[in-house]
Amino acid sequence: MAITGLANPSRFLAVVQPILPWLTAATVLVLALGIGQALFAAPDDYQQGATVKIMFLHVPSAWLGMFCWALMSVAALGTLVWRHPLADVAGKAAAPIGAAFTLLCLITGALWGRPMWGTYWVWDARLTSVLILFLLYLGVIALWRTVEDPSRAARAAAILTLVGAVNLPIIKFSVDWWNTLHQPASVFRLAGPAIHPAILTPLIVMAIGFLLLFVTLHLAAIRNEILRRRVRTLQLMQAESAAE
Amino acid sequence: MNLGPHAAFIVTAYAAAAIVLGGLIAWIRIDYRLQRRKLADLETRGVTRRSDRATPTFP
Repeated sequence: MAITGLANPSRFLAVVQPILPWLTAATVLVLALGIGQALFAAPDDYQQGATVKIMFLHVPSAWLGMFCWALMSVAALGTLVWRHPLADVAGKAAAPIGAAFTLLCLITGALWGRPMWGTYWVWDARLTSVLILFLLYLGVIALWRTVEDPSRAARAAAILTLVGAVNLPIIKFSVDWWNTLHQPASVFRLAGPAIHPAILTPLIVMAIGFLLLFVTLHLAAIRNEILRRRVRTLQLMQAESAAE
Repeated sequence: MNLGPHAAFIVTAYAAAAIVLGGLIAWIRIDYRLQRRKLADLETRGVTRRSDRATPTFP
């Protein structure tokens, strides 16, 4: 079946439903391996000490928070350009998941910052732009909840998503463009990662685990949203037949 | 496993991850059951889509 075949909601459900248990098992396995490595195998950092263990949560959740918005931006194009309902569903389903990962990034960052920087929060460019990302997620969720007609809500949310996409390069390059307390990139650099393999390996395993968790939850949330729309359609049909 | 002098921050970070991600997983599972129940209720009352009448397998 071509990938475009998945754009049909019924076919999407038929394909996703049997995949979800396998994805769940893979997520649990990789996350268990990652947490085991992070807590018991990874050495303390020469500067951060044991607080480096917070980075195994903070960095993957930051990546996923940004990745999710990028994915929503692609879905927003699908909504505005091709007006495909499955693009609406994918965007709507992703927003709470992205918000959760971004919130986790902010919480773990604050908990790392207190012992390392002496403060939970500073208004530097990286921290502020990530907070803006979180507020944008809340804005998209609020739009979906306040606009009753799903197709109108989808268009409004898609526009906000594409406007918010401007924030992604700001988050990424904020540490280069401005003088921030937050350290510059140490994994995705032209010169290669600046982290010792003993710490980089568990970080990558955790990132893969978080990515698998995101994919699993996103597919499950899309399935829920398709079912919700079917319920809505049937309720409308019931109300119409009762009115006749 | 020795978490050093900042153990409270590390434990709180992992607990926060468990709460945030666990809550998200629980919410998605509960939502799925809720939608399935609503669909089953509607089908019991005989409300079905035209396409479902043609193909009786409903996910």
